[in-house]
Amino acid sequence: MKFIVKSVFFLALVVFSTHIISAPNFDYHLVPSKVAENTYVFVGKVEDFSFENGGNIVNTGFIVTSDGVVVIDTGSSLRYGQQMKEAISTVTDKPISRVFITHHHPDHFLGNQAFKDVPIIALGSTLKNINNEGAGFADNLYLMVGDWMRGTDALAPNQIATAGVVKIGGHELELLSLSGHTSGDMAILDHSTGVLFSGDLIFHKRTLTTPHADISQWLTTLEVLKKLPFKVLVPGHGAVSNDKKPIDEMVDYLTWLDGALNKAVNEGLSMTDAMQIELPKRFHSNALLKSEFSRSITHLYSSYESRVFKRLN
Amino acid sequence: MKRLLLLVFVLISFTCTANDLPKDPLGSVQWDDMYGAFLKGHPAVFDSRVKLVAPNFAEDPMNVPVTVDARALDNIKQIVIFADFNPIPLIARFYPTKSEAILSFRFKIQQASPVRAAVLTDDGVWHVAGSWVNSAGGGCTAPSTGRVVGDWMDYLGEVYGKRWANNDLNRIRFLIKHPMDTGLAPGIPAFYIEHLNFQNTAGEILAHLELFEPINENPVLSLNFNTDDLGSPIYMTGSDNNGNEFEAEFQ
Repeated sequence: MKFIVKSVFFLALVVFSTHIISAPNFDYHLVPSKVAENTYVFVGKVEDFSFENGGNIVNTGFIVTSDGVVVIDTGSSLRYGQQMKEAISTVTDKPISRVFITHHHPDHFLGNQAFKDVPIIALGSTLKNINNEGAGFADNLYLMVGDWMRGTDALAPNQIATAGVVKIGGHELELLSLSGHTSGDMAILDHSTGVLFSGDLIFHKRTLTTPHADISQWLTTLEVLKKLPFKVLVPGHGAVSNDKKPIDEMVDYLTWLDGALNKAVNEGLSMTDAMQIELPKRFHSNALLKSEFSRSITHLYSSYESRVFKRLN
Repeated sequence: MKRLLLLVFVLISFTCTANDLPKDPLGSVQWDDMYGAFLKGHPAVFDSRVKLVAPNFAEDPMNVPVTVDARALDNIKQIVIFADFNPIPLIARFYPTKSEAILSFRFKIQQASPVRAAVLTDDGVWHVAGSWVNSAGGGCTAPSTGRVVGDWMDYLGEVYGKRWANNDLNRIRFLIKHPMDTGLAPGIPAFYIEHLNFQNTAGEILAHLELFEPINENPVLSLNFNTDDLGSPIYMTGSDNNGNEFEAEFQ
């Protein structure tokens, strides 16, 4: 008995220590998940950036067409982009023909280097934002996820998207030039399959982020998305959905956030006071609620203050 | 005699530093130096009656919001606020002469650091509280937006704000347009608001603030005054280290 206990303990120790000591192999374990005919998504974790997840917190996807593979967003690092390509090659031997980047946030485009030989297409505003902020984003991610980022540089898109319908290898893709989450958010609706790639205009059961957000613009955009004839919704973060519920939930949270910040500045709350506001129960099941709400205060509070502050001299 | 005095002085300073210094609950290697720089001469205790509220991650290293609340203590002479690992640690000194001992402000953080408030009561004891703020950093060495855009002069000294005055609350919140340059961004000398005074109609000093380089660009501050001053406007006067003066009236 004593021997068994000792052996179990020893075994546990070995397993535990190899777990700690072993260097990560920097494998994102990207598994393509089929969401419609010819259409696949890599679903990321609903977490913030960390060394443990290596930045795999985002949804990316691809559509296999007769004119090659269309990639939508390239992930958070060069390694992510490379591993995406490998994972795509397990589904099809068709070459990648082009890449669409939904917006300029680092988890959506820092894999671009892996696709540098094909057209990388984004809205003009996204290109401008990447040129202004891309390098800073990459530096920041090195700090947050470490060596997963090795070799990653911010590679800007090389082609500007025109809003409208484009036919690619039997798929009719509608590119929508929108904004709200950032100043340039592209959504892509595949009319052939009914799949809507919303980028970060939709976070599903994962609290939305606001570093470049314009809430009233975002709400207007959500009304546009709601009217689109999609069957499958691929959000930028969170689970793929087959209905419009995630859009309603976004509208609900953004409307609440706007009201809460308005109320806070009108009651004379400081930023730290506002960070302590009680968050409604209906949002509690959304991942990262408290930390994202606190970040949103930092991003947005000054603009709400300026609505109540009057010139005093 | 001189020697004796020296001995006494050495003994006093010794007892007031290394020996009596309580262990830092935040585990910062800078704590001894911070004590020596800002608190020397009085014993310090870590006291949960002092509250320092700050986010544990600085989403924007140039605007880290902090509230210091020492209202649970009486007879406060001054409150000193500093961040151990900032290149310029001292953020503000607050003298709540005839105001509530609560202050909200924002500051620039250069790297992950404890942020602390030490409250000196008239029995000669520092009551200390603090909190770690994690940060990607760089807040102190980046040029201010006003410098980058180049329009800071157009707005210098403008004050925007509001007063909340009812039976329970006598609060002002305000923003002063000022670049608050730390002197650590290349080619830009230190340029910051040094003093803010708050008075009532009778000319009584209600509170006095000394601000330092780490306070954020276009500082936003909140102060609470006693509700027995509800009837009077609050007059603020201030000056920066270049001699610019500004004033504002909170009705």
